[in-house]
Amino acid sequence: MYLLKNSVGRKIIMSVTGFTMLTFVIVHLVGNASIYDGPDGINTYAAALHHNSTFLLAVRLTLLGFCSLHVFFGTLLTLRNNAAKPQGYAVNKSLSATFASKNMIWTGLLVAVFIIYHLLHFTFQVTNPEISAFKHLDAKGRHDVFTMIVLSFRHLFIALAYVCGVGILGLHLSHGIQSSIQTVGLNSRKIFPFILKSGMILWIIIFLGFSSFPIAILTGIFK
Amino acid sequence: MNLTLYVWRQKGPDKPGRLEEYEAKGISPDMSFLEMLDVVNEGLIKKGEEPIAFDHDCREGICGTCSQVINGIPHGPQEKTTVCQLHMRHFRDGDAIYIEPFHAKAFPVIKDLIVDRSALDRVMQAGGFVSAHTGGAPDANAVLVPKSYANVAMDAAECIGCGACVAACPNGSAMLFTAAKVAHLANLPQGKVGAARRVCMMTDAMMNEGFGNCSNHYECQAVCPKGIRVQFIAKLNREFMKSQTTTRRD
Repeated sequence: MYLLKNSVGRKIIMSVTGFTMLTFVIVHLVGNASIYDGPDGINTYAAALHHNSTFLLAVRLTLLGFCSLHVFFGTLLTLRNNAAKPQGYAVNKSLSATFASKNMIWTGLLVAVFIIYHLLHFTFQVTNPEISAFKHLDAKGRHDVFTMIVLSFRHLFIALAYVCGVGILGLHLSHGIQSSIQTVGLNSRKIFPFILKSGMILWIIIFLGFSSFPIAILTGIFK
Repeated sequence: MNLTLYVWRQKGPDKPGRLEEYEAKGISPDMSFLEMLDVVNEGLIKKGEEPIAFDHDCREGICGTCSQVINGIPHGPQEKTTVCQLHMRHFRDGDAIYIEPFHAKAFPVIKDLIVDRSALDRVMQAGGFVSAHTGGAPDANAVLVPKSYANVAMDAAECIGCGACVAACPNGSAMLFTAAKVAHLANLPQGKVGAARRVCMMTDAMMNEGFGNCSNHYECQAVCPKGIRVQFIAKLNREFMKSQTTTRRD
């Protein structure tokens, strides 16, 4: 397939898969915000998600496929880029490249490690089985996701791991969002400053939104 | 002005290179950077040493030959300026100046500060042209070009193919150069002929020549002596996507 061999084609795959995962992250944040509605809010949301198991499986498989493509082509492009620039300069100056733009491969791989931990923790519930929602049910007989989250984030180490994880995701997105928009060609001289700002605002919302859950629990807002 | 220069010296393509220290004394602030190097070379020749090899041609800022990285920035610290148009008044007396050739796998060093940039020519040869039977000479205004399109095409055509974008890019990508050439023709009615083929052939040639991929650091735009913008890369990306929906790639 020509798209997979061409430099621009590979970038478009990175952009489309990245944007799909970003959309999922936003939906995930909005869904998780139901925790602010108390135990009934997030438990109802979780039960509704699991009610349609076929849809859930399809979404999970799509995300797994897109994530694999993103990691594969990201690694391939980085290896090729490093080979194309084997030697640096005695004086290194960056005029517009940022720490985030130069470390996408590392922030990306760290996000992948965080996602694996997150899945083992909350989805498969194997890292902390004593607080598993599979074992505890709420008053309405549903998996008690609220209690699982609250008990988890009372551990300082787990809460810190999540804040760091979404922090690294934020760093990745700070370059990734505007880069994706540019890659699919949605850029012009007039809208370029807006694209840079919108990407920045979006990743700050995502970072603050996700880190608010462990911080709220650690500071005792949820008990 | 008296300056200390650290200049990349390399005897040949396969020889190891290193920075060597030279003193540049009695330099006038009105000299161009290349004239300063001429003075240093005269001193080296008088001493019976090998002069510093560097590329130059027009010395008017339009040929794009003077490929040097000065203190880590291709073409030096002044915006939208080639090395030949960079004047010594932009430096201070006593400054230390590091002068290196453009570094990229696709730009092998020939000698000292001279690199082989013919890979860019081969990217052009792959598709940076319009090839069509035109018949007799058409009337002057037979093909109308809207002014706004002509302006954008001329902005893209400002690219002098100096390779500073490649030198500055952390990935050694020639995407800004390729995008300028693609956007130049894609904005004109004459360039619509073979547009799908052009973008595919040129981006493929870019990869085959050993250039890296664009990951939107925008370093290229920051150092371009002609102010070529990264929006041309967005245009190239759109042209590529269009090419994938076109069945006939003539």
